[in-house]
Amino acid sequence: MATSPLQRAQTRLAYMLVLPASLLILVIYIIPIILVFAASLTDYTLVSDHYEFVGLENYRTMFADEGFANALRNTFFYAVLFLPGAFVISLVLAIAIQEQKQFRSVLEVLYFLPVTSTLSAMALVWAALMDSGQGVINATLETFGIPGVNWFGNGNVVLYSLAIISLWSVIGFNMVLFLAGLTAIPQNLYEAAAMDGADHPVDKFFRVTWPMLGPTAMFVAVTSSITAFKLFDTVAILTQGGPDHASEVFLYLAFLEAFEYFNMGYASALSLFFLGIIFVFALVQALFTDRNVQY
Amino acid sequence: MADTLTTPAASWLERLRPKSIGRLVTTVLLFAGAWIMVFPFIWMISSSLKPTDEVYDRDFTIIPKTFKGWENYYGVIFEQPYLTFLMNSFIVCLGILAFQLITAIPAAYALAKLKFRGSTILFGTVIAAITIPINVTSIPLYIGLVRAGLLDTYFAMMFPFIVSVFAIFLFRQFFRGFPDSIIQAARVDGFSEIEIILRLILPSAVPAIAAFSIFSFVAHWNDLYWPLIVVQSQDKMTATLSMMQYQSAFDTDFGRTYASATVVTAPLVIAFLFARRLFIRGITMTGVKG
Repeated sequence: MATSPLQRAQTRLAYMLVLPASLLILVIYIIPIILVFAASLTDYTLVSDHYEFVGLENYRTMFADEGFANALRNTFFYAVLFLPGAFVISLVLAIAIQEQKQFRSVLEVLYFLPVTSTLSAMALVWAALMDSGQGVINATLETFGIPGVNWFGNGNVVLYSLAIISLWSVIGFNMVLFLAGLTAIPQNLYEAAAMDGADHPVDKFFRVTWPMLGPTAMFVAVTSSITAFKLFDTVAILTQGGPDHASEVFLYLAFLEAFEYFNMGYASALSLFFLGIIFVFALVQALFTDRNVQY
Repeated sequence: MADTLTTPAASWLERLRPKSIGRLVTTVLLFAGAWIMVFPFIWMISSSLKPTDEVYDRDFTIIPKTFKGWENYYGVIFEQPYLTFLMNSFIVCLGILAFQLITAIPAAYALAKLKFRGSTILFGTVIAAITIPINVTSIPLYIGLVRAGLLDTYFAMMFPFIVSVFAIFLFRQFFRGFPDSIIQAARVDGFSEIEIILRLILPSAVPAIAAFSIFSFVAHWNDLYWPLIVVQSQDKMTATLSMMQYQSAFDTDFGRTYASATVVTAPLVIAFLFARRLFIRGITMTGVKG
């Protein structure tokens, strides 16, 4: 049966259909991943053609390097600032907006607007809003008697500033994901809970909404963590890692090592470390999604 | 008489019950929050209509005291190369999208509906590749482009994205839902596989293709990372990348600076306002991308 002419023609056609995509996946994903791994074992720099095999030296350097430790610390600190807000604010907004009747779609559009906008252009706007001298934010704070903040010049503040901008740009995105999750919860569960005496909104939330929202919540948590780890645009445009490396996050460090200093071998090791982190997140997501499918 | 008077009063009181007050407060708070979300856009548009000294004026007014909107936008569009930047962004985004659709749709159809050896391996590779971001493969891709002498070309700007493993995955899931019986019937009627794809599968997949197209276009319009690596001249600069110039006092006319930021942001925001549902669906698809 497998050898009928029609079957054979179909198989040949299948190969033709997948050929362009397969070749490109080979050239764009598979070969580069192998090359990154190979390069991470050498001292290759773009500036000279001569390079040597150095084994795990780059990885040893990486774990001993203060720049790497600093970038990791910054990234985690930023993630700790960013993630609770990205999760809780979006969830609260989604619940509040879902209960709105007339205004739901207007509010959805207004909160989603930053997601569609070009972050690198809006970063310039935020730079002006957060200007320490003449910015609108400090002016507003001062009218309330709160001293202005040096948003980008102070090493202890700069990661907060970047987290605020990221929150602004991502809340609408997470909110829409939560809204989709909320809409999928069957109304009769709330009615059943009300009969059991869960009438108060807080009761309703913990007895029905939160358990039913599990998969969505997991999903938002994982995607937001990856977003946090991928912070790059606002750093490149607004701070370039400064002041004094205070906002040098992981991806920006990897970018500098590769494309400013051309330490390709070392930067490859950094890239693979980054990939490792992404894989861990993907794994967490896969494990939890499977478990959640059961109910 | 008394009855008719008390009824409206009672319902008015009814409306002031704690529950509806709570609802009113929520609505007010939601709009206050929305004001914060939208304020940067209002500030940007307002500043783009102002002369430089008014942009950093401490008492901010939405309506400019001196209107310099015409000069600012004229300067951005006709005296600075912003038309080129926008054109480059359009060329790159549309080029990427066209290649992604052309490569993904046939592959996804084969993976969904045709039997061939290696299909499991291919699909596994697709799934694995979805988790690999450009930041990991950028080094060898860049070196390859340097060696080939292709830096600062449209090809280099599009190359890493011309196959979208995410699109293959998405379309494959979508095509699988297409009834086999219809495909079989079409084969019996003498349709070739290509005709089946073009005349049966594609029309049914329009919503998925539209959502993916928006996702792809937005992602690459807003991308800063890859253009920053491969673009070297103003000729090839994208709209998003052009925003990098302002960190080095590229333009000290701040009104004009924000006019250019508005010009760069406008295409997507306007498109969003016209196709809200599609945009929200398209962009939140990234969720799957992880």
